Amino acid sequence: MAVMKKKGSKELPPISTASLPDVIFMILFFFMVTTTMREQELLVTTKLPNATQVQKLEKKSLVSHIYIGEPVKHMQDKYGKATQIQLNDAFKTPQDIGNFIAAERAAVEEADRAYMTTSIKADKGTTMGIITDVKQNLRRAEALKISYAALEPAK
Amino acid sequence: MAGNKRKIQEINAGSMADIAFLLLIFFLVATTMSNDKGIMRQLPPMPPEDMELEDNKVKQRNLMLVFVNDRGEVMAQDGRDQGRGQNFNIWNPAESQRLTEKVKEFVLNPSNSEALPEMKEIELDLPDNKGKIKYLESSGVVSLQTTRNTNYDTYIAVQDALTRAFNDVRNQASISIFNGREMKDLNDEEKAVITKAVKIKISEAEPRQKNKK
Repeated sequence: MAVMKKKGSKELPPISTASLPDVIFMILFFFMVTTTMREQELLVTTKLPNATQVQKLEKKSLVSHIYIGEPVKHMQDKYGKATQIQLNDAFKTPQDIGNFIAAERAAVEEADRAYMTTSIKADKGTTMGIITDVKQNLRRAEALKISYAALEPAK
Repeated sequence: MAGNKRKIQEINAGSMADIAFLLLIFFLVATTMSNDKGIMRQLPPMPPEDMELEDNKVKQRNLMLVFVNDRGEVMAQDGRDQGRGQNFNIWNPAESQRLTEKVKEFVLNPSNSEALPEMKEIELDLPDNKGKIKYLESSGVVSLQTTRNTNYDTYIAVQDALTRAFNDVRNQASISIFNGREMKDLNDEEKAVITKAVKIKISEAEPRQKNKK
């Protein structure tokens, strides 16, 4: 009897996995809070320029994005390597920005419209010509608050 | 005895972790971390089409010209330079800082020079009915010009240097108006006072056409 008992206590008890779901849920909630839904597939590559004096864009739902850059690999056989402007999920011309802004504006409550911001996410290698065209069209569409997306250099 | 107190079978929670993992992976794939930051700017409104374009003349001393050309060379010129701009290599941190200092000196006109902008006294309302305060507002405007072929990267670097100058000026204003408190320590209402006192006056002309025909 005594020998049997000794043998039993030597075995390690299995680690309880009962708290594993709790741990995973915690990670899950962390990700749910800190991330936002991916809205659209990027069709252009945008390597953002560096800048130190950046400000955080506040209300995510009030930000419209304009992507400017070279098309991604699988779009290149169709569109070539020339810089393109992506609005929503298609390539557009600067003249389409008016309609794009109007649509974005219609989707926002009237009280919030004054706080709408347009974020220009343009690739480092872009030339100012296309950026200016975009800006002129934004002025015409009266979307005057803009943000040039940039990265803060790592210290 | 055992009949009326039926034992409820325990639900097996072993797969709970798997379900949580599944959700976790879904969120990892379907969402993105928000790292949206950028240099904020306010564009000027478009003039009405029937309005005749008249040069709203800014006095020479109130204007600083910053020009970025195709090759990414940066030239800045204000009243002190007598028609000869200074060149800056924007990718060299020391020179970029030199441009910032030049803009700061232009905006603030510390020596009350005739060649630098006029300073106008304005009255600012302090929040919480703390009365008014007088502040010398600069009439200086920085005119940023590019060509259509200027690289965007260079343009942002120049914008960054200019913004740094204006942010420094704002910080100084904040320290003098709010007793040594820096801009980052102010609340929203106090920040609004500073933004009103020091406006970011960067005017962007249409890019220069390379071949004027």
